[in-house]
Amino acid sequence: MLDAVAVLSSGVGLTLTLTALSLIAGFLLSVPLAFIRAFARPSLSLAVLGYTYVFRGTPMLVQLFLLYYGLSQIEAVRASVFWVILRDPFWCALLTFSLNSAAHTTEILCRGLQSVPKGLTEAAAALGLKRLQTARLVTFPIAFRISLPAYGNEVVGMIKGSSLASTVTLLEITGMARQMVSATFAPFEIFIVAGAIYLSLTSVTVKAIQFLEGRLSTDGPPGTRRRLRPKPALCEPEITTPTP
Amino acid sequence: MRIPFATAVLLASFMSVFPVRAEGERPLSIATEGASPPWDGTDANGELYGYDVDVGRELCRRINIKCSFVAQDWDGIIPALVVGKFDVIMSGMAITEKRKQSIAFSVPYAGGFNQFVVRKELGLDAGDTKQKVNLSTVGDKERAAIEHVKSTLSGKAIGVLRSSNSEAVLKDLFGDVVTIRSYDSLDNLKLDLAAGRVDGGLADFFTWRDFLETPAGSIAVFFGPELKGGLWGPGVGAGMRKDDTALLAKFNAAIDAAAKDGTLTALSIKWFKTDIAPAIAK
Amino acid sequence: MGGFAFQFAAAFVVTLSLALVSGSLGTVFGLLLAVSKSAAAPRLSRVVTAYTTVVRGVPELVIILLIYFGGTTFASMVAGRYVEVNAFTAGVIALSVVFSGYATEVFRGAIAAVPTGQTEAAKSLGLNAWQRWAFIIGPQMLRLALPAYGNLWISLFKDTALVSIVGLTDIMRVAYVGAGSLRAPLTFYLAASALYLTLTTVTLVSIRFAERRYPAFGR
Repeated sequence: MLDAVAVLSSGVGLTLTLTALSLIAGFLLSVPLAFIRAFARPSLSLAVLGYTYVFRGTPMLVQLFLLYYGLSQIEAVRASVFWVILRDPFWCALLTFSLNSAAHTTEILCRGLQSVPKGLTEAAAALGLKRLQTARLVTFPIAFRISLPAYGNEVVGMIKGSSLASTVTLLEITGMARQMVSATFAPFEIFIVAGAIYLSLTSVTVKAIQFLEGRLSTDGPPGTRRRLRPKPALCEPEITTPTP
Repeated sequence: MRIPFATAVLLASFMSVFPVRAEGERPLSIATEGASPPWDGTDANGELYGYDVDVGRELCRRINIKCSFVAQDWDGIIPALVVGKFDVIMSGMAITEKRKQSIAFSVPYAGGFNQFVVRKELGLDAGDTKQKVNLSTVGDKERAAIEHVKSTLSGKAIGVLRSSNSEAVLKDLFGDVVTIRSYDSLDNLKLDLAAGRVDGGLADFFTWRDFLETPAGSIAVFFGPELKGGLWGPGVGAGMRKDDTALLAKFNAAIDAAAKDGTLTALSIKWFKTDIAPAIAK
Repeated sequence: MGGFAFQFAAAFVVTLSLALVSGSLGTVFGLLLAVSKSAAAPRLSRVVTAYTTVVRGVPELVIILLIYFGGTTFASMVAGRYVEVNAFTAGVIALSVVFSGYATEVFRGAIAAVPTGQTEAAKSLGLNAWQRWAFIIGPQMLRLALPAYGNLWISLFKDTALVSIVGLTDIMRVAYVGAGSLRAPLTFYLAASALYLTLTTVTLVSIRFAERRYPAFGR
């Protein structure tokens, strides 16, 4: 049991790296996409929806295998500059996770953006703010705050989802666990230890998100504040499962 | 009023009814990986085929018992046998001391050996690919061959099947110079070898030979000597739970008989195009 | 490829039945746990909270691996004789556990959202606990829970793909085997994607329909 803790802990670094980088890349990609989704003309919005719909409607395992084994089958891909990145299992997993996370985050932020009261943007315009300034200083910060609980679910989902990297030869926590099971033939203890490590990671994340929610809240102390309920607007309700 | 209701609800929620199937008059269940032809593969109809499957059917016929084959991924095949998911493993599994700590093995039903392959475009000096190296009895000539492999493959990414003996050998002998990539199945390793994601692989010779003859496999060549012994053990056997001693005795008798009357040799030639039936046959 | 079309058809049925069985069991457990969490003593509700926290904090893949490998040992120990837990059963148990963990929180949230005045009014009318849950809180709660509950089903269909890792011949498994043995990963994984997208789309459309048909009261 102690052995398992020691060995599996060595995979925590890779799990966290994969999770953090995918979340960052996914977030950066999703911000412009969410604005397009929420405010651009229907044709553009639908194009973004097409992307988010496919990535949210299929299992991430299929996406990973499609990008990892599927793309490498195409001669043109192997000849292109992208092969430098796609050749490496780490970057390939990172790319899949980022695209998946961006799809979920886009819809989450889109809902946040659409729940920002119109009066606020009108007030900003009346104060003489340009459109980009309004977006940056008014719309986005409010939308982000509204989206935070749902985005917290996405963060936890990504920590758990990174376990799929074990299927493409990467040795993160689950990869280490499967490797160790195959060497010791003692699956029960090892997977319990793996589960416990993930649980501690996700629990810390949940606490951190709750703390952030409290800090960013403007409606008074956490217990008493009324959570802003985003009205079901044009955007798809998130397909991610709710997490603590 | 409140308490009986809550208790009823809780009782109901803890009465989790596990949908389970008890062991009754069931046929003997034999597991194979189904992704390492010609040992064992899966055809377009999802049917398992190969040397393991044919030998298994033959043994069951001799023991006079009903058998069914199931597919099981390699890295979980021993744990799954131990907990009783099936009764026998016949999946090109070499008999090793390490595995013997967890399961029992029959006498070997095949020999076989292993070899590296590398991508042609690397232009590596393959050395003598017909040289035979038994890792259990290493002399000067063998040591030189291993050193050659070591220095040539230094810095290369080599794929192996996760939890295989090849993985153990690679770690043991070459782990300090090559990057090891462990795959869920040999089929996936072949895909990545063809795509150029790994520089080479180490696995059973016959698996490679069939692959190298395909268009996808034409990009790779054999490399280094034929390897056996050491962590690969004395040959390929059928794995069973340690307490299944009666079944083990029946299997041993059937394998002996099938080896003596040439059935194993015939099956070996059918699948491997050469005789790798165990030496006890002769 | 022809043989694989039949395999995909059979695997589609496997995936579908795996999801339907797990989702139904998970819903029943989720409802029971949510009601007990809302009605029972604080100590018992803490046990339920611990359960949902653990289930939702551990990767589904790890839960499936744990139940597949540990399930037989555990079940045999409990039953006192050998009990087989095959890949399908392990998948059903693992996915039901995961589903119930999320469903508990969804239903609990919905129960909390039913105004307390409703319970008080029911009490003053002389309804007992069973009647209050069945006729007053239940119907309102279910409508409130519908959107989030629907999302659970979409996640469930995607999670079934993970059971392929312990050898269940579902859509993902057929794609995995086909991609390897015919060396055509692109075709096979695209086919699998299309099948999963069909399943999730049908689910999504059904949820939207149900939401329109059964909107929350008072909205």
